[in-house]
Amino acid sequence: MSGTFNYVKDSNNIVTVTMDMSGPVNAMNDEYIELMSATIERLEAERADIAGVILTSAKSSFFAGGDIKNMLKAVPGVDEPALFAQAESIKGMLRRLEKLGKPVVAAINGAALGGGYEICLACHYRVALNSPAVLIGLPEVSLGLLPGGGGVVRLVSKMGVEKAIMPLLEGTRFKADKAAAFGLVEELATDTDDMMAKAQAWILANPEAANPWDIKGFKIPGGDLRKPNIAQMIQGAVPMLAQKTKGLMPAPAKILDVIANTLRVDFDTALRIESRALTSLVTTPQAKNMMTFFLQMNQVNGGGSRPKDIAKSKVKKVGILGAGMMGQGIAYVSALAGMDVVLKDISQDAADKGKAYTEKLLNKALERGRMTEDKKAGILGRITASVDAKDLQGCDLIIEAVFESVDLKHAMTKELEPLLAEGGVWGSNTSTLPITLLAEASAKPENFIGIHFFSPVDKMPLVEIIVGDKTSPETLAKAFDYAQQIKKTPIVVNDSRGFFTSRVFGTFVDEGAVLIEEGVEPVLIENLAKLVGMPVGPLAVHDEVSQQLTTKIVATNRELNERLGDDMNVDTATGRMSKIFVEEYKRNGKAYEGGYYDYAADGSKAIWPTIRERFVKPEIELPNLDIKERILFRQVVESVRCLEEGVLKSVADGNIGSIMGIGFPPYTGGVFQYINTYGVQKFADRAAELSALYGERFTPPALLLEKAAAGEQFV
Amino acid sequence: MANTAFIYDAVRTPRGKGKKDGSLHEVKPVDLLAGLLNGLRDRHNLDTSKVDDVIMGCVTPIGEQGSCIAKTALLKAGWDERVAGFQLDRFCASGLEAVNLAAQKVASGWEDLVVAGGVECMSRVPMGSNGGAWGEDPQTAFDSAFVPQGVGADLIATLAGFSREDVDAFALHSQQKAAAARDAGYFDKSVMAVKDDNGVTILERDEFIKPDSSLEGLARLKASFEFHGSLGYDDIALSKYPQVVKINHIHTPGNSSGIVDGASAVLIGSEKIGVELGLKARGRIVATAVTSTEPTIMLTGPAPATWKVLEKAGMSIDDIDLFEVNEAFASVVMRFQKETGVPSEKINVNGGSIAMGHPLGATGAMLVGTCLDELERRNLRFGLITLCVGGGMGIATIIERV
Repeated sequence: MSGTFNYVKDSNNIVTVTMDMSGPVNAMNDEYIELMSATIERLEAERADIAGVILTSAKSSFFAGGDIKNMLKAVPGVDEPALFAQAESIKGMLRRLEKLGKPVVAAINGAALGGGYEICLACHYRVALNSPAVLIGLPEVSLGLLPGGGGVVRLVSKMGVEKAIMPLLEGTRFKADKAAAFGLVEELATDTDDMMAKAQAWILANPEAANPWDIKGFKIPGGDLRKPNIAQMIQGAVPMLAQKTKGLMPAPAKILDVIANTLRVDFDTALRIESRALTSLVTTPQAKNMMTFFLQMNQVNGGGSRPKDIAKSKVKKVGILGAGMMGQGIAYVSALAGMDVVLKDISQDAADKGKAYTEKLLNKALERGRMTEDKKAGILGRITASVDAKDLQGCDLIIEAVFESVDLKHAMTKELEPLLAEGGVWGSNTSTLPITLLAEASAKPENFIGIHFFSPVDKMPLVEIIVGDKTSPETLAKAFDYAQQIKKTPIVVNDSRGFFTSRVFGTFVDEGAVLIEEGVEPVLIENLAKLVGMPVGPLAVHDEVSQQLTTKIVATNRELNERLGDDMNVDTATGRMSKIFVEEYKRNGKAYEGGYYDYAADGSKAIWPTIRERFVKPEIELPNLDIKERILFRQVVESVRCLEEGVLKSVADGNIGSIMGIGFPPYTGGVFQYINTYGVQKFADRAAELSALYGERFTPPALLLEKAAAGEQFV
Repeated sequence: MANTAFIYDAVRTPRGKGKKDGSLHEVKPVDLLAGLLNGLRDRHNLDTSKVDDVIMGCVTPIGEQGSCIAKTALLKAGWDERVAGFQLDRFCASGLEAVNLAAQKVASGWEDLVVAGGVECMSRVPMGSNGGAWGEDPQTAFDSAFVPQGVGADLIATLAGFSREDVDAFALHSQQKAAAARDAGYFDKSVMAVKDDNGVTILERDEFIKPDSSLEGLARLKASFEFHGSLGYDDIALSKYPQVVKINHIHTPGNSSGIVDGASAVLIGSEKIGVELGLKARGRIVATAVTSTEPTIMLTGPAPATWKVLEKAGMSIDDIDLFEVNEAFASVVMRFQKETGVPSEKINVNGGSIAMGHPLGATGAMLVGTCLDELERRNLRFGLITLCVGGGMGIATIIERV
């Protein structure tokens, strides 16, 4: 062990403990336990000669939190006693620190999230550097866990349940100024010297510091469960959470339970309950899946799928062709990221409308106090709405977001590609057309790539980058860097019909259509999809996409089959249902006359009665579990095919893409992690069973069978 | 009697100190009870759909012990949804009343399998916090000469001439018997460890027992009810007992029942259901009785209840091999002994509530288990369980080992 907690006493007898662990960050692991324990023993031994303690960090972050890789190893039914003992030992040390009898101040020089902020909460006072590097909060819930280092109990005891409940249940991360305004830190500092000076001043002014809960007569601010409004609030949080989690995620419920216990029992008992609750979560599949997701997000965002040896690039000027829904969104996120944007359409009016979208979003941010007039003017000023091709001159990147037609896209490439700067990249925001085919019109197909955005662009965090046959690694690296510049998570896939996300998303919509064809009650389909964790049912999703568009996609796919000599299946339930809707009933989708649903002016929707008359067969009774699993298995099996065919290059890209791009349930950890949790062999067996019962689309692909036979997981 | 009510098993949690530093303070009543019910279920691989009813005594059924905790605990425990549950309150008799009622349900032939017991987490839902008209409604208190039960216990001692030394000696003996029994493992058969969601043990054995008690230590404790008496309750009591000069306040925390957390469950059923489920009967309920006595002194019910239940059973007091007389206060048991002439060797042979604590609603059913365990261990036949009860009531049950 080479890390230290550097211990220095100054002339005022103030001890500064600077955490400098051996890894790149300070983290809650065995080394921490050893260092912290030695530090506390020394502080206790030298207590009489100490005026106070400042806890700070030698790293750029203050403290990173729990050791996820270690927690992932925990075996259910085996490791619980050890996990509980470790949680108790970690909080036992913090308890000793706060009961030292001398003032202890956290000087927060960088991010203090999770365990990091729990350490701060066990101090008596918190001074944070007012810097963008400082992030504060207890985001454990997003990992399927809870703050088990005293975070739940101390935050509730510090600020009262009414204030503490949301940051705990939502895992909110606060910037320094917001943290100070919210009361998570007591003081802000302009620089390190100021921070240390403020910490020292507080220590000298408060020689007898103790935390409120250790002072006789302590009452939780705002009251405890004996207060009717607090009891009602806790009671009311249950249906609120149930609505949100559908019972699929245990962490928020456990957090609420610890909160309620904190409001009922004494501080130390509540701390012990918190340790037990954390222990019970660590080994849940949901926590493992969400922790795995977290690590895979780091892998993806850390450039796991980006060519390694190519220097980072930055787009200064981006051209966007087509100011429709996608184009205007891409313009907004690009301008927000500081790029000059040329938003081109065939009429000035259309281009202006596209730019107005950015203004609308900025005005909203302004209303919410998240934007200043100055910044707004700056961002808007970076967007040029234009009909003139010449304005595209010198773009590092042109993203084409026009109508899905091979010929139109070819024409645009031929006409406008020469305007790109030297080495500039041409990106197509297509969701269906093969990149290699589109690149045929390019003089420099090595600079041609697919950059698939999701709608609405400003909200959806994912970008799917599609590598064509001739796309160069440099171009891939540039597209990857652009995605990160606009703060999106890029996954990288190889060129194939529907790529990854559209192809898998299509199976979700299609399984809904198959179930309708089989005669299943539509409400049941929709509700079971939601109960298994999909954000929206497949029928409502089809209406959103619109039957008009899916009909067109079928036609496009048929043309592509002819053009490319492919044999992609175009006789799908989605296609058949869309055809009936559009041709027989003139129902083109939600934006038009309605689809599976009728849409009322007040925003409500109801299943269109004809669906029942024409399709529902009351005698059909499928087990609910079959319907639920068909909805997920369909997507998962398709994803395995994508991996098998090399469309996906990594499991991480598949997991991240499925959750962030198509709404696959977060508790599963993504399409491949779902198999791991289900048990690979068990999943393969069940897929085979569903195949026998419902059709070959569930037949386990060879890769799945191989993994099952080899006893391997998808990693 | 149409059917015999067999006791198929009797289990309990350990009793945890009923304060915030007690081991069970962190456990919610619903979880304590649910855990015990599932312990009982798992021990017998019980098909819970066969259980008709679950009756649970609880004396402070408010807050987290409120709203029919018996059924709530069944929901938490995940028992078959067809199993009904109800909570009853007959003060300190609640746990035994649950057993008696279960026996009556089975004996009548109208139900086949019933779980009876009780739960009381005194560290979380304080005794008396549910109020009640007897003590709190002034007119009712005036008209019925209400006096806190501790004053009644002191009055019992005064009337009988028990000294502070006498009751402390009784208490010390209770501690010694309980410690010896616990250490010898006599309670192991009935006591199920309380575990958390992770299977980590929270409390394995009774923790209230003070094996190091001494007469000197007990003598140092302050009388608990002198203050209450001085408020005027002594005078109310003496208006009914004019022969007494002055109430001698001798009960302390050391010679009164302890405040603890705990739960109990007894599985009672017909012969038929036992055969169907492959359960082995350990005992049977022979007879039950409740009665009531003078309410101001309040705690003199055990002897009259005992006479009544013996008469119902057609038995004499000498037929009974072991007695469990709840040690609400030392004087209660001592008076019982004086009134009945039962030798000390037969009473509370493994200690009682003074040493182990008295989780109000749960105690009666706990005593059934303690008595049955000891009958088995000693190879004896009949046991009698009795408790003093609020309002002057008394309750008694005779069981037979089979």
